[in-house]
Amino acid sequence: MAALKIKKGATSHSAYNLRPNFSDVVEKHTLAVLVENEPGALARVIGLFSGRGYNIDSLTVAEVDHTGHLSRITIVTSGTPQVIEQIKAQVGRIVPVHEVHDLTVEGPSVERELAMFKVICKGEHRVEALRLADIFRVNVVDSTLESFVFEITGAPEKIDAFAELMRPLGLADVARTGVAALARGV
Amino acid sequence: MKRQMTGAKMIVQALIDQGVDTVFGYPGGAVLPIYDEVFQQNSIKHVLVRHEQGAVHAAEGYARSTGKPGVVLVTSGPGATNAVTGLTDALLDSIPLVVLTGQVPTFMIGSDAFQEADTVGITRPCTKHNWLVKETDNLGATLHEAFHVATHGRPGPVLIDIPKDVQFATGSYESPKPSTSRYQPQVKGNMEEITELVAAMETAKRPIFYTGGGVINSGPAASQLLRELVDATGFPVTSTLMGLGAYPASGDKWLGMLGMHGLYEANMAMHDCDLMINIGARFDDRITGVIDSFSPKSTKAHIDIDPSSINKVIRIDIPIVGDVGHVLEDLLKVWKSRGRKTNSEGLAKWWSKIEEWRAKDCLKFTQSGKVIKPQHALTRLEALTKDHDRYITTEVGQHQMWAAQYLGFEEPNRWMTSGGLGTMGYGFPASIGVQMAHPESLVINVAGEASWLMNMQEMGTAMQFGLPVKQFILNNERLGMVRQWQELLHGERYSQSWSEALPDFVKLAEAFGAKGIICSDPDDLDDAIMEMINYDGPVIFDCLVEKHENCFPMIPSGKAHNEMLLPGDHETQGVIDAKGSVLV
Repeated sequence: MAALKIKKGATSHSAYNLRPNFSDVVEKHTLAVLVENEPGALARVIGLFSGRGYNIDSLTVAEVDHTGHLSRITIVTSGTPQVIEQIKAQVGRIVPVHEVHDLTVEGPSVERELAMFKVICKGEHRVEALRLADIFRVNVVDSTLESFVFEITGAPEKIDAFAELMRPLGLADVARTGVAALARGV
Repeated sequence: MKRQMTGAKMIVQALIDQGVDTVFGYPGGAVLPIYDEVFQQNSIKHVLVRHEQGAVHAAEGYARSTGKPGVVLVTSGPGATNAVTGLTDALLDSIPLVVLTGQVPTFMIGSDAFQEADTVGITRPCTKHNWLVKETDNLGATLHEAFHVATHGRPGPVLIDIPKDVQFATGSYESPKPSTSRYQPQVKGNMEEITELVAAMETAKRPIFYTGGGVINSGPAASQLLRELVDATGFPVTSTLMGLGAYPASGDKWLGMLGMHGLYEANMAMHDCDLMINIGARFDDRITGVIDSFSPKSTKAHIDIDPSSINKVIRIDIPIVGDVGHVLEDLLKVWKSRGRKTNSEGLAKWWSKIEEWRAKDCLKFTQSGKVIKPQHALTRLEALTKDHDRYITTEVGQHQMWAAQYLGFEEPNRWMTSGGLGTMGYGFPASIGVQMAHPESLVINVAGEASWLMNMQEMGTAMQFGLPVKQFILNNERLGMVRQWQELLHGERYSQSWSEALPDFVKLAEAFGAKGIICSDPDDLDDAIMEMINYDGPVIFDCLVEKHENCFPMIPSGKAHNEMLLPGDHETQGVIDAKGSVLV
């Protein structure tokens, strides 16, 4: 697991992490789930969320270890601390799931998302769109005389902010990957 | 050592290697190669059921009464979809099953072929795990893994979907090795947490053990350890429906079952305790009543092999993840090494309080007149069968709760009932599975007439295999529990809750070649029950009982443990408020 920069953390053998937290505040958590890359593995995780009424704010999945047949699912979810604990326990008992990490509580982590925006605009708007793209360090990956496709990578908040700026300038289409996240440090 | 064989042969070989002696199943196009192999061997007995749902419930009965996994073999499409109710039942009650389904050949999957269904898709949420095997070379290992997953950790049903071409093709097979599986759930509890629980036990004034099906699933040793712990500490013990028999009903620390139709003393003790020790139970809503008022004054400890059971419903102060047997062993060790301390003064007071509750005698009833009360029928059944080597299954409804209240269980694995899912039609096929595992024992299915009709086709199975299962039907010509709720909640408007056009059960029995007994007079009851016991073959016992008897005690939905309805509480109208009425 060292190669994947995943720390053994709160999901150890102690049940102390099951001590109740009495807050009823809804929190947003980013979970990293390492799962055997077998048919239906993603369906099991998603089916659990829909079947038990949990939220999925975003979800990304891809194979990360070809020889070990492991996929990494990054789920951003929200719920009270009790619900979040329950989600982790429920995901953790899915048979092909190797590890569940709550990156929100297991120390600092980095989150990144990639998005593409199609902006259709002419004249002044075109100039403004390019200027903002430059400020956000956004790449232009396609251009016609009437449109751009911008590619942006960053924290979800940064992508939200750029989307808001593009809206009045002629934002026509958006594609977002959802969050990928890793714990910081070793 | 690897051996080459066809997929179909591999399946039979793997079952033999896993120690399987009985398979419950029904053939069809997509499993013909497997059935051809079944035909050519004598190690495994195949029980031909009359409906695939019956196969799964029979396998559940076999599993619950033996502690071994139950095995089912059915065909693709309708064979698999008919198994879904049984799979869900087994998942909710944590029963280890290995279900093998045929599938259309791999090259036809996705083409809407004849008898094709997306079996792994349909059964994903109702199995612990499932597999579609697309290559014969992977089949043997998958079969061994299936047995491992079904029986390790929290037990549950698993399913293997096997396309017909995979059954015909040849591949290499290896016998099971000491487990190489990655799936190894934690069985030992954390010692710090166990010590913390021991410390709480040493000072508790009003402790209670609240035990569940996990004690039985953990194996006979866990039940023995529980008995030792209860008797050594002197703490009172109650149990869920699923856990009956782990602690003997004749034990003096036994408070009886708790929950919606549990005993007054058990529920009151749960409500007023200061230390609740949950051992292998899961705070089901039938147990807790309304959550906000559930045992408000107690410190709560929870021993469970499934971390997701802890803090799911009730917030826990001392969580211990582990197998009941392992944790109880360590718990006893630590408690003894610290000097076997309990708060004897507090305990004495606690017991005198419990005796006050017991004095209410919440199960009392009066048998008078010429109509048999269902409670009386079960009291007599208990008296006349308790000294037998006896196994009880039930269907679902009032009769099930009365059976739990009025029958006593001295040993684990003697009581098979559909707890979590509440599946009408469970009991009869389950009794067949139990009788297959225990051919010499007295196996009784306590049933209601409506539930029993849901899987009555299994009379054919009982006859074919000479299984002397006793179907003890408490016939009130009503869907009794539905009727009771309509009385409590819907102004006595008994919508669709009566059994009309019932068969003559005696003639029905005779039509199958079994024995039928009808009894309606309390004076004849004992003789009739003895006739049932002494008959060497299947019996349908049609016991005509009081039609509008209610099942009490009862925690009305939306109420707390200390707000029970007791027999004699005739004012039942309006006890359930609007908030409670939306609950099931």
